[in-house]
Amino acid sequence: MRAVDAIMECLKAEGVDVVFGYPGGANLPTYDAFYDAGIHHVLVRHEAGAGHAAEGYAKATGKVGVAFGTSGPGATNLVTPIMDAMMDSVPVVFFTGQVRTELLGTDGFQEADTIGITMPAVKHSFLITDPREIPRTIHEAFHIAGTGRPGPVVVDLPMDLTKADIPYEPVTDVQLPGYQPRTAGNAKQIRQAARALAAARRPVFYTGGGVISAGAHEALRDLVRDGGFPITSTLMGLGAYPAPDPQWLGMLGMHGTRAANYAVDEADLLVAIGCRFDDRVTGKLSEFAPRAKYIHIDVDPAEISKNIPAHIPIVGDAKLILPKLLEEYRTLDADKSRMDAWWQRIHTWQDRHPLTYEPGENGEIKPQQVIQAIYNVTGGEAIISSDVGQHQMWAAQYFHYPEPRRWINSGGLGTMGFGLPAAIGAQMGMPDMLNVVVTGDGSIQMNIQELATIRQEGIPVKVVILNNGYLGMVRQWQELFWNERYSSVDMQTFGGEEAFPDFVKLADAYGIRGLRLTESASLEDDLRAAFEAEGPAFIDVRVTRDEKVYPMIAPGEAARNMVG
Amino acid sequence: MVDTNELLSLDDLHAAGSVRSGRKHVLSVLVENKPGVLTRVSGLFTRRGFNIDTLSVGPTDDERISRITLTLDGASQPIDQVTKQLHKLINVLKIKDLQPSETVARELALFKVSCDPQTRSEIRELAEVFRGKIVDIGKKSIIAEITGERSKIEAFEKLVRPYGLVEMIRTGEVAISRGREET
Repeated sequence: MRAVDAIMECLKAEGVDVVFGYPGGANLPTYDAFYDAGIHHVLVRHEAGAGHAAEGYAKATGKVGVAFGTSGPGATNLVTPIMDAMMDSVPVVFFTGQVRTELLGTDGFQEADTIGITMPAVKHSFLITDPREIPRTIHEAFHIAGTGRPGPVVVDLPMDLTKADIPYEPVTDVQLPGYQPRTAGNAKQIRQAARALAAARRPVFYTGGGVISAGAHEALRDLVRDGGFPITSTLMGLGAYPAPDPQWLGMLGMHGTRAANYAVDEADLLVAIGCRFDDRVTGKLSEFAPRAKYIHIDVDPAEISKNIPAHIPIVGDAKLILPKLLEEYRTLDADKSRMDAWWQRIHTWQDRHPLTYEPGENGEIKPQQVIQAIYNVTGGEAIISSDVGQHQMWAAQYFHYPEPRRWINSGGLGTMGFGLPAAIGAQMGMPDMLNVVVTGDGSIQMNIQELATIRQEGIPVKVVILNNGYLGMVRQWQELFWNERYSSVDMQTFGGEEAFPDFVKLADAYGIRGLRLTESASLEDDLRAAFEAEGPAFIDVRVTRDEKVYPMIAPGEAARNMVG
Repeated sequence: MVDTNELLSLDDLHAAGSVRSGRKHVLSVLVENKPGVLTRVSGLFTRRGFNIDTLSVGPTDDERISRITLTLDGASQPIDQVTKQLHKLINVLKIKDLQPSETVARELALFKVSCDPQTRSEIRELAEVFRGKIVDIGKKSIIAEITGERSKIEAFEKLVRPYGLVEMIRTGEVAISRGREET
């Protein structure tokens, strides 16, 4: 069998039905195999689009995403999605073409040292040196990407090797002696955690994307509801616990709610699950939850005590650990009234500091209002893919995620241009869900070429641009911290005839319905109509130009000193 | 802590944080003998800002497995972070943080020292005291080979430096645990 046909067989054996990619010289053999392999290949318009689409697919479905690119520039264009997948622990296998083996290291045409370039950005990578290794390597790649703490795996395929004739036997076992992700969780530690929980008077659950990766949201909900605990989550963890909910405090961190941040600040016990104490969450590290003891549950032992020392570390799979923790906790018959005063204090913060904004003047649309309108129109039943910037924070604050895998964004790396291709992947993975992209006038222009992919594939995503004509988050920081010296943030997308590009005309050029919304009063109805109409929509919503994301923990500040 | 169903007083909890041990560490790392493994190991140190003091790589009795011995300063970096990160590499099979008291560690060094007919014999005598070997003699220089622990090598270096140390090459330590148990 041709090695490339074996690759197709391996993909099918892994349950892959859709991949995202871009052909080129070095992966011509692979694309010849795609011709009649019966795997849906989505032709993107830039390899970064393929990588982010594979991430979106993985985030929406929980399955391993797959992206293909050619050698050299194809591979280097994939570097950003690879790093993005690394930072957010997204299971994606990236297949890169490579020059034929005799040209390796000779600066051949379209040669790049893909393994070397991507090494600090991958969970693992493979350079194929023997074509007979290809099937086993592919299954190892999927296994590594999808298990333990998920992450990106690169498989670099020299062209000549993919043309080889190899004996193909289905591989049913993977042998990775150096890779044994621990899963069960130490029983003694779990018991200790239960006792600490039962003793705590001011506990807070702080959960991250790891809960969603582990599929542990049901177990989390059981534990939090049973114990009557307050819960907040990181940007990446939204939806694991349903919002809105009486026990849900909203997101924490730089643009989290005051209730969440103050609760963490005063907590006596922090239960951190599948999260990594990122600087956008903690603010000034030494002042983060200064009175708290820490239970830290994570499948990656290197995360535990990395930034803040844990008192009760539990290494393992949250999906297995949380039910045991609940079981142990129940045997202790803890008195819920021990948290009465704590809940009262939390309710005071919630009443005093709800998320809010001033309504727009003279019919002007406020960006937060757009997110609220999207929430009202969809009833929360949508997958929201976001880009990076102010709109991302508003989408995290004002849309309430009732389920996991409904909120798809680039959290760790903060990759502008992520949203549109990610939504392509999400839609391919979840074809029956309404998919909405929340983006900005800056971010959308970073991978806008993927509108062509949307048109070609007939993908009905609804793209909502919060257009304020600025790189809003950078502008916000320049206003607040750099003496209002607005350097290189005016995108010229706002205004009348002179604004460019004209997003409506641009959509039209791609054969996609474009709309411009400027009226606050009819915003919700206009969005509803656009969402209900068949096919994709590209919606330019003109919003207040100088609106800022609040509340905010200024960089390097403590949570209790939030402003706005 | 006693393992009972009693509530745990939060005041009794002590954090197990990243440890800066303050001492030198010899890490013996068994890795799969595959292309790029050394790059992965050394790259991991680079991007976490950890500094490797010495590093040596060689085959083991199993041709599929190599051993990397590296030393680093536990005072300047939290050692547990290093070992946890190393464990995450797919090609790393086993890591042992060797305790100095339970370890035999050796390093080989070559010293090229300037000499004249008179100092030549002095240097030879010094090498003999250190149970070293003279491996090359020229008109104006002499090469001595010394094997031993780092302190012995450094002591020899101190002694020959006044004669004019032209260059010195050290292999970095290799180490093996004492007793029957495998390293």
